[in-house]
Amino acid sequence: MQAKKRYILVFVSCAFLAYAYFGGYRLKVSPLRPRRAQHESAKDGGVQPHEQLPSFLGSHDQQELKLLQSNQSKSLESSKQLVPRKPDCRMETCFDFTRCYDRFLVYIYPPEPLNSLGAAPPTSANYQKILTAIQESRYYTSDPTAACLFVLGIDTLDRDSLSEDYVRNVPSRLARLPYWNNGRNHIIFNLYSGTWPDYAENSLGFDAGEAILAKASMGVLQLRHGFDVSIPLFHKQFPLRAGATGSVQSNNFPANKKYLLAFKGKRYVHGIGSETRNSLFHLHNGRDMVLVTTCRHGKSWRELQDNRCDEDNREYDRYDYETLLQNSTFCLVPRGRRLGSFRFLEALQAGCIPVLLSNAWVLPFESKIDWKQAAIWADERLLLQVPDIVRSIPAERIFALRQQTQVLWERYFGSIEKIVFTTFEIIRERLPDYPVRSSLVWNSSPGALLTLPTFADSSRYMPFLLNSMGAEPRHNYTAVIYVQIGGALGPNAALYKLVRTITKSQFVERILVLWAADRPLPLKKRWPPTSHIPLHVISLGGSTRSQGAGPTSQTTEGRPSISQRFLPYEEIQTDAVLSLDEDAILNTDELDFAYTVWRDFPERIVGYPARAHFWDDSKNAWGYTSKWTNYYSIVLTGAAFYHRYYNYLYTNWLSLLLLKTVQQSSNCEDILMNLLVSHVTRKPPIKVTQRKGYKDRETGRSPWNDPDHFIQRQSCLNTFAAVFGYMPLIRSNLRMDPMLYRDPVSNLRKKYRQIELVGS
Amino acid sequence: MTKIKNLLSFVTQSRGISHTNPREQILNCLTYGLLVIVALCAGFLLWDLSSSPRDGFFHGKRDSHTLILDLEHIQEVAVNAEAEQRARNVNCTFWDCLNIYKCEHDRLKVYIYPLQEFVDEQSDKTATTLSSEYFQILEAVLKSRYYTSNPNEACLFLPSLDLLNQNVFDKHLAGAALASLDFWDRGANHIIFNMLPGGAPSYNTVLDVNTDNAIIFGGGFDSWSYRPGFDVAIPVWSPRLVRQHAHATAQRKFLLVVAQLNILPRFLRTLKEVSLANSEQLLLLGACESLDLTMRCPLSQHHKSLEYPRLLSRGKFCLLGRSLRMGQPDLVEIMSQHCIPVIAVDNYVLPFEDVIDWSLASIRIRENELHSVMQKLKAISSVKIVEMQKQVQWLFSKYFKDLKTVTLTALEVLESRIFPLRARSSRQWNTIDTNARSTFNPLFLPSLAPKSQGFTAVILTYDRVESLFLLIQKLAVVPSLQSILVIWNNQKKSPPHLSTFPSISKPLKIRQTKENKLSNRFYPYPEIETEAILTIDDDIIMLTTDELDFGYEVWREFPDHIVGFPSRIHVWENVTMRWHYESEWTNQISMVLTGAAFHHKYWSHMYTHAMPGDIKEWVDEHMNCEDIAMNFLVANITNNPPIKVTPRKKFKCPECTNTEMLSADLNHMRERSACIDRFSKIYGRMPLRTVEFRADPVLFRDNFPDKLKRYNDIGSL
Repeated sequence: MQAKKRYILVFVSCAFLAYAYFGGYRLKVSPLRPRRAQHESAKDGGVQPHEQLPSFLGSHDQQELKLLQSNQSKSLESSKQLVPRKPDCRMETCFDFTRCYDRFLVYIYPPEPLNSLGAAPPTSANYQKILTAIQESRYYTSDPTAACLFVLGIDTLDRDSLSEDYVRNVPSRLARLPYWNNGRNHIIFNLYSGTWPDYAENSLGFDAGEAILAKASMGVLQLRHGFDVSIPLFHKQFPLRAGATGSVQSNNFPANKKYLLAFKGKRYVHGIGSETRNSLFHLHNGRDMVLVTTCRHGKSWRELQDNRCDEDNREYDRYDYETLLQNSTFCLVPRGRRLGSFRFLEALQAGCIPVLLSNAWVLPFESKIDWKQAAIWADERLLLQVPDIVRSIPAERIFALRQQTQVLWERYFGSIEKIVFTTFEIIRERLPDYPVRSSLVWNSSPGALLTLPTFADSSRYMPFLLNSMGAEPRHNYTAVIYVQIGGALGPNAALYKLVRTITKSQFVERILVLWAADRPLPLKKRWPPTSHIPLHVISLGGSTRSQGAGPTSQTTEGRPSISQRFLPYEEIQTDAVLSLDEDAILNTDELDFAYTVWRDFPERIVGYPARAHFWDDSKNAWGYTSKWTNYYSIVLTGAAFYHRYYNYLYTNWLSLLLLKTVQQSSNCEDILMNLLVSHVTRKPPIKVTQRKGYKDRETGRSPWNDPDHFIQRQSCLNTFAAVFGYMPLIRSNLRMDPMLYRDPVSNLRKKYRQIELVGS
Repeated sequence: MTKIKNLLSFVTQSRGISHTNPREQILNCLTYGLLVIVALCAGFLLWDLSSSPRDGFFHGKRDSHTLILDLEHIQEVAVNAEAEQRARNVNCTFWDCLNIYKCEHDRLKVYIYPLQEFVDEQSDKTATTLSSEYFQILEAVLKSRYYTSNPNEACLFLPSLDLLNQNVFDKHLAGAALASLDFWDRGANHIIFNMLPGGAPSYNTVLDVNTDNAIIFGGGFDSWSYRPGFDVAIPVWSPRLVRQHAHATAQRKFLLVVAQLNILPRFLRTLKEVSLANSEQLLLLGACESLDLTMRCPLSQHHKSLEYPRLLSRGKFCLLGRSLRMGQPDLVEIMSQHCIPVIAVDNYVLPFEDVIDWSLASIRIRENELHSVMQKLKAISSVKIVEMQKQVQWLFSKYFKDLKTVTLTALEVLESRIFPLRARSSRQWNTIDTNARSTFNPLFLPSLAPKSQGFTAVILTYDRVESLFLLIQKLAVVPSLQSILVIWNNQKKSPPHLSTFPSISKPLKIRQTKENKLSNRFYPYPEIETEAILTIDDDIIMLTTDELDFGYEVWREFPDHIVGFPSRIHVWENVTMRWHYESEWTNQISMVLTGAAFHHKYWSHMYTHAMPGDIKEWVDEHMNCEDIAMNFLVANITNNPPIKVTPRKKFKCPECTNTEMLSADLNHMRERSACIDRFSKIYGRMPLRTVEFRADPVLFRDNFPDKLKRYNDIGSL
């Protein structure tokens, strides 16, 4: 072979090998793919690769359109029943909305007549509390035809057939209910279902049919989404109302707790759900992680015990549960036999951040409450990661989580009443005519139960979220003067003086006079001129106003309730309401100053007449005082600013029991307003400047001079506290004065000079 | 191939002329040997080309690289359509269908299968063809932080099989193709994107492909087919959306626009009836005769046609009606025009419903109540409409604006389930983050701080030992004081020995700093065990016990505010167009100086670790304005004003008029004005709020027996 040829041969071989090595994979593409040709040509134009491809829709929607147009016949609609009957209930398929168009009312079946054997109908204490909460609420109706939702008189809380509270023959009892209708529009409360050994969550022992289940420990597969409601498991001593507040007293940063993670509880050794708790001892280190279990429960625990039991029991006895709760940053909430456990609410109340170890559990009210802000998830499958997880959480996050546990506890979980009402509000938000609250409202204070969405559709009109939105309340105020006595109206009458003073205020938008006195209305020309400020006089006597409907506007025995001064009148268009008694004496500077203070605290009552409550040990009751004290907890609405929303809340939210008390005594409405606002804000009202006397003493006939009046107020306070379930009032030690108030500087430098002249 | 033939013929040719000399023979042997090697290689190559991709040596090499989405080299894979497939497991939950052990890494990782074309062994039909949208989805994942090229470390697997539109592929073959994937394992941890599920006549709301345990990112779920906590609802993408921008200043003349073409006839009839009664407020449009989908024509046929989807910006609200399918591309089209969607599809699972609060950005109406849609919309206040429009606009730009965003949002939803610790809260998902004024107060617990705890006084000092000792003595008798912490900032000499300090009944600690920095005053020292911190200068000796005690009392009622004694105001100067710092005694204040003020320890933490911009460094460098910086920080986070307590205005000596007026040369004031200017630029707004009130004891200046009165010793100036 010639050298030349050889070299060529070697070169060609090498070239071929090189080509095969570096570029050979190109040969692998299957040949003859029609799209390729296009792509290559398109690629030259610098087009993005995806632009060479067809859309996923293709000509699909055009075809569908043709189908719809050509086929507008019945065939399309009849063949396609668009909501086919499916096994699971949804509101659209299992709920009769027509019953709920006007109002959301709940009917409770009367207790069953005694059976043939004469045994009393069994009802557990907790179920009785649920029924009481509903009966004394605004949801309740005794008229089944007006009801939207039906609650059973049969106790369905405990459906564990081994339990003593288990009610037998439920199916036949249900069949006897006059409005049962396969459960449509019924709600069934349940805490436990299923029994040993499998604890099946869907075995209620009867067919709930189309009834909504408000049930604890539900799993994600069992809950009919958008239909059932997951509620928390609560124990037998759970309070009906108010109950204990969250136990977090201090808000330290960082929260220096003795333990990082804690748990103390039973374990089951064998059977369903036992693995998780059985393996907790791996996490226990006795220092910052305390996870102790015991097998010592039930009669035959000795027979079932395993070889760890004795050791576990020893560790278990070393720790006190309450102490652990209070001194731990995180609390483990592992599943027991069922998915939910008491630990959840206990941890929440203690401000111990729950670490959930219960796979597939649907947390209470999960559709509305964003638990990410208050709890930590762990996975049963990754149990050993739990220590790393809790250690990795930064202090800021812990700080926020801890606060949120308290917000949620106080707003939704503190009592049976709150749990039941929250359940109702969740269902109510599904109704077509009821506005939906945003997730922000649900998850921040004061929460959904106190935010009535029917008041306004935007949070801007409410006092609570303004600050976080960076918004301010709308400008100016409406002065509302409540005339109870009427008095002799000379040209210098206190009432006219008051109107003149208000007229001079630079922030007043409108004056509203509510005439509740027996005397006839003064003639229009008698009122002082108010120039550009509209003056409306509304007569409340005798004839009731239809507007602002609500039970408070109704009268019994022709007597109007004093609560009428807080009706949400349409004339009040400003966010700020200045509530005044007819004989209030204030100067214009005082009004303007109080208004500017209110703008910074729109969720509170800001005003002049301060009063205080105190606990009277000798009488074992709440006392009320108008004496000068170093603190106050009430600012009377005889001269105070508050947000318009509270009128709405007072009229439409307060328990009818409270409003009845006010109506019967024709007194205490101002105290009730203070309780309401403090209940909502958990903050004291704000008193401004030194003025203490704010009544024109000359009027003489004022009921304030009556000693009975005062005693009545004391008893009101106690009634209110009982109905609220606790005393919402909070004390304050400070008042707000103008910046240069009483400072030894020239009066000319001061903005509110008239205030300087007012003594106490 | 032809090349090899040439080579072979060349070889045979050369053989005939040989047999000359031994040296050449050796060379020939070498050449032949080389040729044999080449031939072997060629043979190997040919064999490799026909084999499956994974064991080929070319691929073995390419696997370690990231995937290249190359449309020109899609490899063909034969699929056996008869192979066993398992139907979608309707009982899947996150807890039992997802293999969590694959996701134990510190973040979510997604593996993408290489682009492949699946062909039926028998019929030679291809399973699916790649669409532009699916390509973009793959590309988005590929370029995202989630992508991994290593299937062994992946938590999720994304097949490159395009299943977006069920009507364009063979469902059975697609199922077979999925089952043939290398890591399929009954579909565990696989994500399937699908936008148009179901077909005539049943129109199922979920993809009719046998997906077994795979997670479906579906565009048309109803609440029955959606597996909560497992599947993810995504929007149906609209190809018409590309490069459409809404007009910011759109004249929204109509209350409601209906431009969806495929609304079911019975609902369309209802809408026609509604439009008769509301012709001014409802714009009802249908298809044009040309069936051009980028146009809409009024039903009356007389008016001119309108360009779609741009025409949607004519309405405040736009209807998404019930069609054969739940999900419709109209939703993103509506949102792209910042029109508020009115959703009249019962039980439709809205896109990203787990995390997006649709109540802020849409109206839902039941199908059966469609006739009352106008009444419902008319009842909505104009403020709410503006809020919702903003929300729609923001949601669209944040989560829906293109396929990449949609894909990444969907993955984040899944990520937040797998790594719940890192999940954003509902507030973070839904609050418009472009609004500088909207804030979140980290001290949101609505309760008064406990009285029992007391406060820690933090004294920043340099070398004024005499006045420091005086101050310590004065502080020690304040009942609510819990302990004192002295921050010794002098680097040149060490603090006096503890024994030389005045002996007091409360704990006293001294901390020598490492650098003379002003920010040392706000460091959240572990020695501070109380919520409240009183920061106080070492020369503020005039505050009385009652004043301090009362100051703490006020702070307890406003624990998220700065509560203190020396106050200042900022004013805007129209002449210089700048902020001006003012220390005169005025009727208003906007700052409380930290020379004597209470604040929550959390703010010290924020000051040290979360101060925006270079404020902290700047303050340390210039040794000034740390108090202004603190006021800005708190005001910006809470939107709250500070609270001035009692009339006290002189702090160092009775003769001094003002702390700053005394020392104050003009330069000092100018510097502080510059600080305000600088900080407000860094924050992008002026967060300080001006107030006209101060806090006094309830019985301040009242004629009342001293015995019954608390806080008697409140100075007048």
